[in-house]
Amino acid sequence: MTRKKRRLYFVALGMLALSGAVALTLTAFQDNLVFFYSPSDIKEKGVEEGRRFRVGGLVEEGSVVRSGETVAFVVTDLVNSVPVTYTGILPDLFREGQGVVAEGALESSGTFQASSVLAKHDENYMPPEVAEALKASGQWENGPPKAMTGAQ
Amino acid sequence: MHKYANPTRFLRLSKILVPWCAGLTVVLFVAGLGWGLVFSPPDYQQGETVRIMYVHVPAAWLGMFAYMVMAAASAVALIWKHPLADLAARAAAPIGAGFTLLCLVTGSLWGKPMWGTWWVWDARLTSMLVLLFLYLGYMALANAFDDITRGNRAAAILCLVGAVNVPIIKFSVDWWNTLHQPASVVKMGGPAIDPAILWPLVLMALSFQFYFATLLMLRMESGIAAAKIRALSGLESRA
Repeated sequence: MTRKKRRLYFVALGMLALSGAVALTLTAFQDNLVFFYSPSDIKEKGVEEGRRFRVGGLVEEGSVVRSGETVAFVVTDLVNSVPVTYTGILPDLFREGQGVVAEGALESSGTFQASSVLAKHDENYMPPEVAEALKASGQWENGPPKAMTGAQ
Repeated sequence: MHKYANPTRFLRLSKILVPWCAGLTVVLFVAGLGWGLVFSPPDYQQGETVRIMYVHVPAAWLGMFAYMVMAAASAVALIWKHPLADLAARAAAPIGAGFTLLCLVTGSLWGKPMWGTWWVWDARLTSMLVLLFLYLGYMALANAFDDITRGNRAAAILCLVGAVNVPIIKFSVDWWNTLHQPASVVKMGGPAIDPAILWPLVLMALSFQFYFATLLMLRMESGIAAAKIRALSGLESRA
């Protein structure tokens, strides 16, 4: 019985120490584990010109300007925003008010020159009729757009 | 608990449970898949591609659930030395690996049309890939020793160390910015999925769960049989 108890404590202590070590490691690497920076991160921490990174947020309503293959839009987290230009094919889900993650670098003018654009959707799933009904009844404010930016 | 750790009792119980679990798997699978693929509505943003979710999400849940079963069995095996616990952990590994692979493949197929990429190295996708490697490592290590008990011990320790990855997978989308969206079902404030889409998903998840139980019991039965054969041939060679 005592040997079983000893093994139990040994395993429990081992798991505790391991979890602690992993938690500390992950906290230390916090900034390197993010897939993208938000416009606020860029403003607060500052990213040097020409360094490649990803910026993520919502495509600001009414900001998309297309001229041939090139498209310009504004990525926002509803606090700060970054203007982005991109030349190429956009994913199907790319639209105003939707989540987006662009990879590229900042130019001296402060515009983000993207070499790839990925669409990010939120965690809400519903039939089109339900979405229409929500919009009609004015409850859309609590719907999708908030879910993405609210967490950060 | 100790009562069912007796192989004879386990065999008697599994003989009764396996047909029921297998039957429920088939019924729930047909109902869930039919509902999901034919009768459930498309999503307002993603259209028809949302139907990939009915396979992708249950596969992901089961990939993690099987690992937790394996970790619990490994802990019991290390502490109380129940031979049946070692068998259960070994039996769960390839099933969990299969579901994890299914999750990664369906996720990739879903990512291309929606996100615009097959794969990105964000925290959720990477931690799920690590889970697959943990399964593969567990199976390799468990079978790397001539002495089966040494293999069991080494693999059980690896399994427990890898268990820290499970909460990382679950909370990766909350702790860090990821391309993968946050949790839709198991989250604070209830599911963010319309009932018309949630119900077929629940049926599919239950079906996968019963499928796992069926396979696990069948594999444990064959594991017990293999152990008996080993014991008998060991006696013969000594005689």
